[in-house]
Amino acid sequence: MKYLFALLSSLLLALPAAAQEVSPDALIKTVTNEVLDIVRKDKDIQSGNTKKAIELVEGKVLPHFNFTRMTQLAMARDWRQANASQQKVLIDEFRTLLVRTYSKALTEYKNQSIDFKPYTAKAGETDVRVRTEIKQSGAGKNIELDYYLEKSTGGWKVYDIEVGGISLVTNYRESFASEVRNNGVDGLVKSLQAKNKSGEATSVKK
Amino acid sequence: MKTKLSAQLKSLALAGMAVGLLAGCATSGNPKDPIEGFNRAVFAFNEGLDAAIVKPVAKGYDTVLPSPIRTGVTNFFGNIEDVFIGVNNLLQGKIPQAFNDFGRVVINSTIGLLGVIDIASDAGLEKHDEDFGQTFGRWGVGNGAYVVVPVFGPRTVRDTVGLVLDVAADPVANHRPRRTRDLALVLRTINDRANLLPADKVVEEAALDKYSYMRDAYLQRRRNLIHDGNPPRESEAGIDGDMAPLAAPHDAIVEPRAAMEAPVEPVALQLARTETVAASQ
Repeated sequence: MKYLFALLSSLLLALPAAAQEVSPDALIKTVTNEVLDIVRKDKDIQSGNTKKAIELVEGKVLPHFNFTRMTQLAMARDWRQANASQQKVLIDEFRTLLVRTYSKALTEYKNQSIDFKPYTAKAGETDVRVRTEIKQSGAGKNIELDYYLEKSTGGWKVYDIEVGGISLVTNYRESFASEVRNNGVDGLVKSLQAKNKSGEATSVKK
Repeated sequence: MKTKLSAQLKSLALAGMAVGLLAGCATSGNPKDPIEGFNRAVFAFNEGLDAAIVKPVAKGYDTVLPSPIRTGVTNFFGNIEDVFIGVNNLLQGKIPQAFNDFGRVVINSTIGLLGVIDIASDAGLEKHDEDFGQTFGRWGVGNGAYVVVPVFGPRTVRDTVGLVLDVAADPVANHRPRRTRDLALVLRTINDRANLLPADKVVEEAALDKYSYMRDAYLQRRRNLIHDGNPPRESEAGIDGDMAPLAAPHDAIVEPRAAMEAPVEPVALQLARTETVAASQ
């Protein structure tokens, strides 16, 4: 009885804390497992249904991403050249592009497994890297998949993803910068919109 | 058929060169890529070659052969490669890693049936990725300009020199008789290409401009490999509207580790470039 009481009270004490303070590695692990469980069972996604994959990403993954930060990172110094409404459009379009890329990668999922590297939280840290590894079934080198997260009022948010050391966000820096240099911020907005339109066309075709 | 194809390739190459000459005048001003016009032309040529021959064959290979056999082929060549990786780890002074690589070869060549089964990985001996370009990088040789090498694809000047040595030291390329060597080289190329098919689609989806996407991905990837997965994070200065750090000497911004390894990836250079861009506007 005493034991039960101790258990209950510790649960009560732990619960609100846990709700606010999901550690970054736990967050990545939960979301990864949740998403892969769905992909493993979903024949449509496996056979290349990008639309369904996008729905999954939008529902499960998007809430944990900070797209404003991602867009800022990709645009680097050009970010300040954009006015508020341009910034809003840029975030929207970049989000669409990243979501579509990520969803495409999910449709290529072929029973690889994900290894979560040990993570030790240091007190007071607000900017961390959580490392995982994609294990190819039986062959080849593993692919490192790292998430960079920062702590915000709404919990930990991912602001960069690196695949084998290639940042999916900063890899756009040079192309964004040269677009802005040649055609201004509006030029970049237009080329992102055009890219997303063409992507829509191909995913409908599938 | 054969002549038609070679004629197609020839015209493709000519067209590519013409574009290169035209674009050669208009440089984008990216200091990492001073010969962008030429590179774009070779890139277009490589893409054409891939689309015309390599990719279709790789696709056929991927469809026809069951996955365990493709895995076996990958492992077989991977095992031969491990010898070479071990040598490069030795040259970089990473002795435990080199022992790991040679241990892999011993285990996989015997219990792993001539390398077809990668038992060493299951036993916890991790597979590494090394080549002469990375070894030079470790030794402090800088990237040099970005170069797209015909057929072989993205490199830097340093990695092109590395590539020459890679080929010279490649056990498969040195194998005799030539007939089996050629067969092995073709098989390896097709198998490698087939392994990249899934990545293809993702890149198509992601890239605004495939040329620069591939270039920047290559540069990031190499930087990561040279640092064995732990490169210093590139500076994000100037994003939050804070100009102060950029006025400071570049060395002050670079982390101690990065400063020590500055020849590998001149972070300062990159900062300097972003600054000139900002200043010219």
